[in-house]
Amino acid sequence: MNAPLRRAGIVVMVLFGLLFANLNWIQAYKADEYRNSDYNGRVQVAEYERKRGNIEAGGTALATSKDTGGKLKFLRTYPGGAEYAHVLGYKPVNLAETGIERVEDEFLAGTSDQLIGDRIKDLFTGDQTGGGNVLLSLSKKAQDAAYNQLRNNTLGIKRGAAIAIDPRTGAVQALVSMPSFDPNPLASHDSAKATAAYNELEQDENGPLKNRALGEVLPPGSTFKIVVAAAALENGVGKETKIPAGPSYTAPTSGTPIRNAAASICPEDQVTLMEAVTESCNTGFAQLGVRLGADVIKEKARQFGFEQEDLTVGQLGESGLPVAASRTGDMQNPDGGTDPAALAQSSIGQNNVRMTPLQGAMIAAAVANKDGKQMRPYLVRQLLGPDRTTSYYTAEPRELRQPISGQVAGDLRDMMVSVVENGTGTKARINGYTVGGKTGTAQSAPDRPDHGWFIGFVLDKNGTPISAVCVELEQAGPGGSAEAARIAGKIMQAVVSDPGSR
Amino acid sequence: MTAAATPAASPATTGEQPGVRLARSRRNAELSLLLLAMVLVAAYGATVEATMLDTVTPDFWIPAAALSAVFLGLHLVIRFLAPFADPALLPAVALLNGLGVGFLRRLDLDEATPAAREGLAVFAGTGGRQLAWTLVSVILAAGLLVLMRDHRSVSRYAYTLGLAGIVLVMIPAVLPGRFSEINGAKLWIKFGDTFSIQPGEFAKLALLVFFAYYLVRKREVLSLASRRFLGIDFPRGRDLGPVVVVWLISLLVLVFEKDLGTSLLYFGMFVVTLYIATERVSWLIIGLVLFFGGAYLAYVLGDLVGGPFANFYLRAEIWLDPFADPHNDGYQLVQGLLALGTGGLFGAGPGGGQPGLLPEVQNDFIFAGLGEEIGLFGLSALLVIYLLIVERGLRAALAVRDSFGKLVAGGLAFTLGLQVFVIVGGISKLIPLTGQTTPFLSAGGSSLMANWLLIAVLLRVSDGAHRPVTGGGGPARGSGGPPEQLHGAPTEVIRP
Repeated sequence: MNAPLRRAGIVVMVLFGLLFANLNWIQAYKADEYRNSDYNGRVQVAEYERKRGNIEAGGTALATSKDTGGKLKFLRTYPGGAEYAHVLGYKPVNLAETGIERVEDEFLAGTSDQLIGDRIKDLFTGDQTGGGNVLLSLSKKAQDAAYNQLRNNTLGIKRGAAIAIDPRTGAVQALVSMPSFDPNPLASHDSAKATAAYNELEQDENGPLKNRALGEVLPPGSTFKIVVAAAALENGVGKETKIPAGPSYTAPTSGTPIRNAAASICPEDQVTLMEAVTESCNTGFAQLGVRLGADVIKEKARQFGFEQEDLTVGQLGESGLPVAASRTGDMQNPDGGTDPAALAQSSIGQNNVRMTPLQGAMIAAAVANKDGKQMRPYLVRQLLGPDRTTSYYTAEPRELRQPISGQVAGDLRDMMVSVVENGTGTKARINGYTVGGKTGTAQSAPDRPDHGWFIGFVLDKNGTPISAVCVELEQAGPGGSAEAARIAGKIMQAVVSDPGSR
Repeated sequence: MTAAATPAASPATTGEQPGVRLARSRRNAELSLLLLAMVLVAAYGATVEATMLDTVTPDFWIPAAALSAVFLGLHLVIRFLAPFADPALLPAVALLNGLGVGFLRRLDLDEATPAAREGLAVFAGTGGRQLAWTLVSVILAAGLLVLMRDHRSVSRYAYTLGLAGIVLVMIPAVLPGRFSEINGAKLWIKFGDTFSIQPGEFAKLALLVFFAYYLVRKREVLSLASRRFLGIDFPRGRDLGPVVVVWLISLLVLVFEKDLGTSLLYFGMFVVTLYIATERVSWLIIGLVLFFGGAYLAYVLGDLVGGPFANFYLRAEIWLDPFADPHNDGYQLVQGLLALGTGGLFGAGPGGGQPGLLPEVQNDFIFAGLGEEIGLFGLSALLVIYLLIVERGLRAALAVRDSFGKLVAGGLAFTLGLQVFVIVGGISKLIPLTGQTTPFLSAGGSSLMANWLLIAVLLRVSDGAHRPVTGGGGPARGSGGPPEQLHGAPTEVIRP
C-alpha cells in the first residue's frame, strides 16, 4: 500500500503546484491589470484617501473636497451647484469623471508626474499631502451674468448656451450650457443615489448633460454672413460696394425663393455690403455667396476654424474639453458641380452649415482683434501645488490661426458695430463701450421654432478688445436673436465690470 | 538522520522498516515549534493593530496567549497520550488556526466604528467566536485522543459511522431549502438565524473510516479479480457496486445540495482510498472518467434543461468568464481575483487591505482576503504549511503498520489536501468555485471541529506508527486490539 500512498503524495504536490502556479499568474502576471481594474473598489478607496485639490476661479473655490470620516474619506462638493457644471464636470465614485475634473484629474488627485515630489515626501513623513489646485480663467461676474440671464431669459427658452472669451488671449471668461444640472448628487458616495441622479439627467429630454457651448452644433443662420462678408472683402468687394439684393431671390436651379426676415429689409435692387450686414439682408448674401462660389466660402470658413476636429479647451497644449467640429456641409452637387440653391442657402447659414457657440465667439474674436488673429481658447489659467505657492503651469496665450488680415478685420468690425448701433443687434449696446455683433435666426425644422443667435464683441475706448461672446437660444422662435443679443450684452457688461479677471 | 545517530534510543527498532522511525518522542521539538507559531500569530496581531489603529494596544497579545494556552493544553495531552506523534502537525495547524483567528479579528476591526476599535474585546465578533470554537475544537481533539488510544479501535464502529456519514450527507439535501440553503448551496442544517452546522464536514470523517474498513476487507477481491482490457486491469462488474453507489451519492450531492466541491471531495476521497487499498490504477481511471463525465453531463444538462443542474451550469459559466457579468453572477469571483491581484507579490501588509470589499471573506474567500494583505509570498507560505500537514499525514500512513491505519491516515490527509485545492483553486479561478471552507482558516465551528478531529486522528495514527512495538507502552491491547480482518498488511511484520 505504500506505493500508491507515495503516488497520492505526489498528486497532492502536483495539485499544490497548480495552485502555486495559478497564484503566480494572478498575483504577479495579472496583478497590475486586476489592481487597476474598473471593478476594483480599492482604487477608489485609495483615491479618496487623499484630499483632491480645488478648482477655483477668481479666488472662489468651485469644486472642493470635504472630509467625511467615512470609508471614502473625502466627498467632492461643488458649492456653485449647477452654474459651473459644464465647465467643472463632476467626479463620481463609479462613473467616469467629466469636464475639468477629467482633464486635470491627475493633478487634482495628486498622482500627476508633476507632483511626484509630494508623493515621495509622503512616503517618508506618512502624511497624505493633498492634490494640486486648478485655477480657471472664468470671470465670476461674467459667469453669473451668463448663467442667470440665460436661465431667466425673457422667452422662457429651455435650451441654449453662452460663451465668452478674451479675444487677445483666448481665455474663456464664461461658459454656460442650459439646462444645467447640479453635480453634487452625482458625486455622492452613495452609488445608488449617484446612479439614480445620473439616470434622471440622462433621460431628461432637454439633455442637461450635454455641453451645448462646445459639444453641440446648430445651423448658425445669419451669423455666418460674417464669414461670407470676410470672403467678399478679400475678393474685391468693399464695405461700401453695392451688391445685388431685393425682396426675393431664387437660385437658378431651385424653385424655392429666399426672402428676408421682414419686407422692410433690403427691398432695393442694390445695397452696400455694410447695409446688407447691418440689416441682415438674406437676398444680398445669397447672391453674394453664389457669386463667390462654394470653394471660396468653404475655405474662408475653414480659415475661421470650421472643420477643425481636434480642438480642446482646457490647458493649452494639453487635453481639454472636446469641441465639436463646426461644418459648412455640402454646398455642391455630389459630382463637385455647382448647386446654386444649396450655395445660396449655405451663404445665409442654413442648409448643412453647423456651428458651435465657441466657433461663433471665435469668429467674433478674430474680428475684434486688430490683426484679425484667433487665440487658442483655454480654461486652465494656472496649476497651483497643494501648498498654494508653487506654480506648476501658467497659461501663456498662443495664437491659433489668422483667419483674416488686419484690414478685413477692420472693415468687418465697422460692419458689426453698425449692426449693434443701427441694425438688428441694438439690444447688446453698452454705454461707454464699442460693441459689435451679428444676430442670427436659423430655421431648425419646418415645424419647429427658429434658433436665435448672437455673436459679438466689446472694445474699450482705445479699441482694445475686452470680450467676444456667442449666445445661442435653441428653438427660441420670434425675438430669439434679439434676446440672444440682450444676454450677450449683459455678459459683456459683466466682463467689463470685472477687470480683475482679465 | 539525526535519529540514526542516537543509538540505543529504543531497543526495539532493529528491524526498521521503510518510513518507520526510531522511537523518539520529539515532544520538545513540537513545543518549540508551537511557541514559534504563537509568536508569529502574536506578531501578526500586532502588525494588524499597528496598521489599522496606528498603535499597538497593550492587549494585542491576549488572543495569541489564549490560543497558546489552548494549544499547550493539547500539547500536554499529546505528550502523555500520544508521545510518538508527528511533532510538526500540531504547530503547523496551530499556526493556520491562529492566523485565521487573527484575520477574523482583523475583519472585526474593519467593521467596528473607529471609536470602538481600540476597545474591541478578545471574544467579540467573528474573531472572538472563532477563538471560542478553537477552544471547543481542541478540547474535542484532545477528547478523541483520550478515548481512542489505538486508531484500530475505531474500526469496530465502522458501519455505524458509515451509516451516520450517509445520514449526515443526506440531511441538508432532504431538508427544505430554508433550513439548509445558504448562498445557493444546501450544505447546512440551520437552527434559527444565528446557528447552523455543516454536517458534511463531519460526514467526511465518518465516511472515510467506513471506506477504510470496507476496503481493507474487500481489497483482495477488488484488486485480484479483474479483467484485462487495453493493458489495464479492470475490476469485475459486481465489484463495482459500492463505487457506483458512492458515485451516485456524490452526484446526488452535486445535484441536490448544489455543491460541486463537496461532491468532488467525497468522490476524490473514495477513489483515492480505493486506489491506495487496491494499488490498481484502473480505479483511478474509472473514478476520474466517472467524475468528469458526470460533471460534464451536469453542465450540458444545466444548459439544456436547467432545473437542478442550472446552479452547476451557472458556476461553470462564471468560472469560464467571471468578467462577463462582474456585478452580479461573477461578482464574488471577480472581487476575489481583484483582491489577490491587488495584493501582488508582497501584499498590502496585515491590516492594510480592503477585505470589506470581498463577499464571504470570512468563509470561502478568506484566502483571497489574506492574499491581498500577505501577497503571493505569504500565500505561498500558507500553501507550504498545508502541504506540510498533508505530507506529514501521508508519512504517518506510510509508517503505520496496519492497512486500516494506512487507509484512514492516507485518505484523511489526501482529503485535506484536496479540500484546500478545491477552495483555493476555486477562488483563484483554477477550477469552478464551490462553497468549501478553507481548513483551519475559515470562520465556522463545524469546519474547525471536523478538521481538528481529523488532525487528532492523524496524530493518533502517527503515534501508532512511531511507537516502539515492544516495550511497556505498546499498542493498547485493552481497547480491543486490531480487528482480525487486518492481517496481511505488508508492512505489518513486527507483531507484539
